[in-house]
Amino acid sequence: MKARSKRLMLVGGGVALLVAAVALVLSAFQQNLVFFHTPSEVAEGKAPLGKTFRIGGMVEDGSIAREADGLTVRFAITDTAKVIPVTYRGTLPDLFKEGKGAVVQGRLEDDGIFRATEVLAKHDENYMPPEAAHAVEQAQKAAQTVSQ
Amino acid sequence: MTTSERSRSVLRFASPQYFYPLAGKLAPWFAALAVVLTLAGLWLGFFVAPTDATQGEVYRVIFIHVPAAWMSMFIYLVMAFWSAVGLVMNTRLSFVMSQALAPTGAIFCFLALWTGALWGKPTWGAYWVWDARLTSQLLLLFLYFGFIALTRAIEDPRRADRAGAIIALVGAVNVPIIYFSVNWWNTLHQGASVSLTKAPSMAATMLAGMLVMAIAAWMYTIAVVLWRVRPMILERERHTEWVGTVLEKELQAVAANKGGRA
Repeated sequence: MKARSKRLMLVGGGVALLVAAVALVLSAFQQNLVFFHTPSEVAEGKAPLGKTFRIGGMVEDGSIAREADGLTVRFAITDTAKVIPVTYRGTLPDLFKEGKGAVVQGRLEDDGIFRATEVLAKHDENYMPPEAAHAVEQAQKAAQTVSQ
Repeated sequence: MTTSERSRSVLRFASPQYFYPLAGKLAPWFAALAVVLTLAGLWLGFFVAPTDATQGEVYRVIFIHVPAAWMSMFIYLVMAFWSAVGLVMNTRLSFVMSQALAPTGAIFCFLALWTGALWGKPTWGAYWVWDARLTSQLLLLFLYFGFIALTRAIEDPRRADRAGAIIALVGAVNVPIIYFSVNWWNTLHQGASVSLTKAPSMAATMLAGMLVMAIAAWMYTIAVVLWRVRPMILERERHTEWVGTVLEKELQAVAANKGGRA
């Protein structure tokens, strides 16, 4: 065998082994690599209850309500299967809206309400001008009426 | 392949002696393309592309953020490629290429992180979060720093080349992790708007601006790397005859220039 092909096999074999090792490590640490848990995971008890953790999902339509003090906000976060009520005191990001994605960090209390200390808005990868967004919305509404 | 055959084929540019003048000739053209495309891309991005329905004007960071992030990942893969070629074929120029690429990759990586932070605050509500995408991209920056530091710290060029090549190859595993992190794990960072497997989820003019900026980043990188690789070649080959000839010619040119001005 030529020295060059020998080196090619060495380098190739080394990289292949490394990829395998990294893949194993990543799959072992799967739990620690997620930034948030879904409401369904929380309901199944997969989230670290009793500790601070994050829940991600959609802000449920019609769920946002402000308390009389003007600072405390109540809303519900959902993955369409399970719903978790959240309270939060503080300022919300501009993109925080009903029907849009959000990630809340905090603690799940015994009463089943999640007390958030931080609220982040999560946006999707779709970028379009307002007119197009309006058209999409109309089309979705039309599709809903038809299906009903 | 005989020596005469090689000197006629494209492969002769793998030899530093032939690559040096070629790099000098090509670099200005790529630089000019980079300037034109950057201006066109910024114009498309800031004046032609519409406002985004959800984010308003702030989404325009995308025209710098995404090309920079793509480039930072791609450059690392190219460095790994040249490192592998260098290790296997024992070619002198390959290692020099990967070392000339590193600073530009690090700059793009930093730019992606920094513009990302500026974008994250008004949209997510945080400059930084430790999700899989952001963390793996930060790791890429450290890999660039590590590569640059290691190759500069070792005095013996042959050992520096080998050490750098190993970091480049090992670190390359991180690039697919960055790219697919948004699919593999729950992240705050959104998924890819543009990919090879699905139709882009952006308005056409937005996409055009982003792609033009991406090509501009390519052109910039090629130009800068060609310029950076030239003095590196001279330093490595300083004991050879052809470098002596080149330096003599350049000295004469400088002297003639000075004479003309005085």
